[in-house]
Amino acid sequence: MIPGFGMTLGFALTYLALIVLIPLAGLLWRSAALGWSDFWRLAFDPRTLHALEVSFGAALLAACINVLFGVPVAWVLTRYRFPGRRVLDAMVDLPFALPTAVAGISLAALYAPNGWIGSLLAPLGIKVAFTPLGIVVALIFIGLPFVVRTLQPVVAEIDREIEEAAATLGASRRQTLARVILPSLTPAILTGFALALARAVGEYGSVIFIAGNIPFVSEIAPLLIVIRLEEFNYAGATAVAAIMLAISFAMLLAINLIQAWSRRRFGHGS
Amino acid sequence: MAAEVASVERAAAIARVRAATTESRGGRLALIAVAVAFLALFLLLPLAAVFTEALRQGLGAYLAALAEPDALAAIRLTLIVAAIAVPLNLLFGLAAAWAIAKFEFPGKALLTTLIDLPFSVSPVISGLIYVLLFGAGSALGPWLQRHGVEILFATPGIVLATLFVTFPFVARELIPLMQEQGTTDEEAALSLGASGWQTFLRVTLPNVKWGLLYGVLLCNARAMGEFGAVSVVSGHIRGLTDTMPLHVEILYNEYNFVAAFAVASLLALLALLTLVLKALLELRFDGRSGAGH
Amino acid sequence: MDVSILDVRKDFDRFPALHGVSLEIRSGELVALLGPSGSGKTTLLRLIAGLEFPTEGCIRFGEDDASTRSVQERNVGFVFQSYALFRHMTVLDNIAFGLRVRPRASRPPRRAIRARALELLDLVQLPGLEGRFPSQLSGGQRQRVALARALAIEPRILLLDEPFGALDAKVRKELRRWLRDLHDSTGHTTVFVTHDQEEALELADRVVVMSQGRIEQVGTPDEIYDAPNSPFVYGFIGESSALPVEVDDGEVRTADRPTGLRVEGLEGPATLFFRPRDVDIVEGAGPSIAGVAVAVRRREDGRRVELEVGPARHRVEVELPLGRRVVTGERLGLRPRRWKLFSADDPARSVDWATAGAGAAAAAAGPLPLALERQ
Repeated sequence: MIPGFGMTLGFALTYLALIVLIPLAGLLWRSAALGWSDFWRLAFDPRTLHALEVSFGAALLAACINVLFGVPVAWVLTRYRFPGRRVLDAMVDLPFALPTAVAGISLAALYAPNGWIGSLLAPLGIKVAFTPLGIVVALIFIGLPFVVRTLQPVVAEIDREIEEAAATLGASRRQTLARVILPSLTPAILTGFALALARAVGEYGSVIFIAGNIPFVSEIAPLLIVIRLEEFNYAGATAVAAIMLAISFAMLLAINLIQAWSRRRFGHGS
Repeated sequence: MAAEVASVERAAAIARVRAATTESRGGRLALIAVAVAFLALFLLLPLAAVFTEALRQGLGAYLAALAEPDALAAIRLTLIVAAIAVPLNLLFGLAAAWAIAKFEFPGKALLTTLIDLPFSVSPVISGLIYVLLFGAGSALGPWLQRHGVEILFATPGIVLATLFVTFPFVARELIPLMQEQGTTDEEAALSLGASGWQTFLRVTLPNVKWGLLYGVLLCNARAMGEFGAVSVVSGHIRGLTDTMPLHVEILYNEYNFVAAFAVASLLALLALLTLVLKALLELRFDGRSGAGH
Repeated sequence: MDVSILDVRKDFDRFPALHGVSLEIRSGELVALLGPSGSGKTTLLRLIAGLEFPTEGCIRFGEDDASTRSVQERNVGFVFQSYALFRHMTVLDNIAFGLRVRPRASRPPRRAIRARALELLDLVQLPGLEGRFPSQLSGGQRQRVALARALAIEPRILLLDEPFGALDAKVRKELRRWLRDLHDSTGHTTVFVTHDQEEALELADRVVVMSQGRIEQVGTPDEIYDAPNSPFVYGFIGESSALPVEVDDGEVRTADRPTGLRVEGLEGPATLFFRPRDVDIVEGAGPSIAGVAVAVRRREDGRRVELEVGPARHRVEVELPLGRRVVTGERLGLRPRRWKLFSADDPARSVDWATAGAGAAAAAAGPLPLALERQ
């Protein structure tokens, strides 16, 4: 019999409770203590609703763009050999490794009207920095690796014989991609999309520098929590946080359901 | 001549039909171009911008910005926080992975899910929960104040928030790895007379060392770079409770861009170092554990 | 559909997989490509399908040069070893795939496609499974779905890569008989790859034995089994023993002793091949191959004795006649009834029992005219 079960499990559970569960339970406790009507008033005041809408809308748009480009990126990095591939592949993890504040100020500098990209867009009348569009840019950066890294192992796993089978049955390359390969990537695409979305909804550091943070325009929900805290409005902060937490858990559940469905249907995870 | 034309035509036809199970050359190049352009726009350009902005006024200004006392204090605090948070989470990761991978018990799946929980919580909320727990409005707050214990707006709060956001990194690398390796090695060692500790140190640990390093690497990167959670609990006291990312924000908001990007460039270098080590580790144990960080 | 393979060479990154292979496949035939792994048999199958292209040489479908036809245009039914079913599609969608991807002009109407797929499902004896996903099927069922999918496009030729490779022994046997029946009833020209000689001999009209990127022999199962034309085929098909011998003035000798076999037209070192059941035990004196019994084994179809011959202790196997008892250590004299001799210097030079006459000096029939068989 292998020893150490009691000690390791005991330590793990205690540590989990102290660092994660008790503080999170504290949040739920404080929001429950608000009472229904207070909670309702705080959570659904127009500014909060708008901030949630901005966070969600931008995250949704960013996740869609990440899927649109992440699929070809994962395909190219996994299937093709070209100079620089390894470096690019390693760089995909940059958003995981680069502190969000650094990403934030860098993107703000790039997309500001006098920045490298901003100055190219300004004559076209497109403003990115300090608008909701800037939020989307930051969230694309943050979500990119989730889509690509979820897809890569699945692309690598596609059996070449599947593609050959489609070809022998008369399917053109385009038909094979559309009818055979893309559908078999669907669970991974959905999972990557959901992961990118979940991360983007709660993102703070990279967004606040580029967003402009104008209430009712480009103010995101996490920033609203910080603002409420700075006003010592703990109740207000708690209410917004509780809603966001509920949304996060719903998305976590969705991700798990996608994976369970995919395992059941295709006999493998995504 | 006619035969030559025929053979050229035949060669062209063969070249065309060979592309049947892969994208055409043009299609491949187009896809590569799209992917490279997208990655360059969203990854390489921001990285390049950090260093360009930092060196905008020359190397002298860059070094001066880093030698500034507040910057040095921020660097020191960041190192201290990582030096506390990473070993603690490493210890937790090892304990949790040992219990989950080597034993069967009810609630195991739930425990595994709970370990991942901090990843799905917004960083700001990760800070907020400690403010609610230890702040003035909480049950604990007044008691702490009376006894002169400073948690919020001090190093302990920053460490706690960092612990929370980096909580799953080591555990989630180790659990699948240890599960895959099963228990036969440990049982063999024990049957040969090794003690529990000897078995752990000489059998289990060498088996998972690359995965462990991988987890520590990612944990450290996040610990040094965390912004949102730490921002909420730190109080932003210059030279005292400012970590490097927070210091970047302060300098940026003061329009001291060169200094802000100088400190940011250190963090970017750390990120690059992390990526290089990560790539090396992946070559070693070929265990990219996918997304979901 | 007749298929002609004309002097086809195939290199992979300069590594030759096939050297100048030529083969005629006749319409309606069931042909087995048989060989050990690395013999090039799967490469040949993929070349016919258009999944690979020859480095040199040409493949014709009837009069049509297939080299300029893509795999999509060739209209071949290919069943992969792993089946390669589309796992996100139901059985019905898998089977209908080939019809649904046709250009609009030649695509049958929706309902006709469905009817055709259901009909094929009946043909492969899986009625009622159209709604299942591949992950919900057994290996044998997947195999049949893969076959139905390949048949749906009404292929000009049906190609199967190790069709029974991934199945357990019992299912293999059943499917083998079933595939033969299916071939007889549909009449498709069929080529399948296998490394299992029993499968090839039992199932095929003609067997193509391959080794190291070359075709060793092409023939009916009887021809291949009864008259192997090379040391490789003799060794690869069926059980056999090989004994190094020396032909001296027409007399076949081993370990410096006459074997009692005589040949004409072949001199010098050679290898004698014979099958265990084609050997007589010579009781008493007289020239024979002398061996010492080292092991006696019971088998399903009789008893076998393993002997060591000569100082070099070459092992040979002989089937014992009913009632003949042998103990280990016993010395036995052997004389093959049916055998073949390949020159060691030039394996293309060979003599066998039929062309050498009854061969053995002690045989009842008089010497027949000796002939030299040349490849």
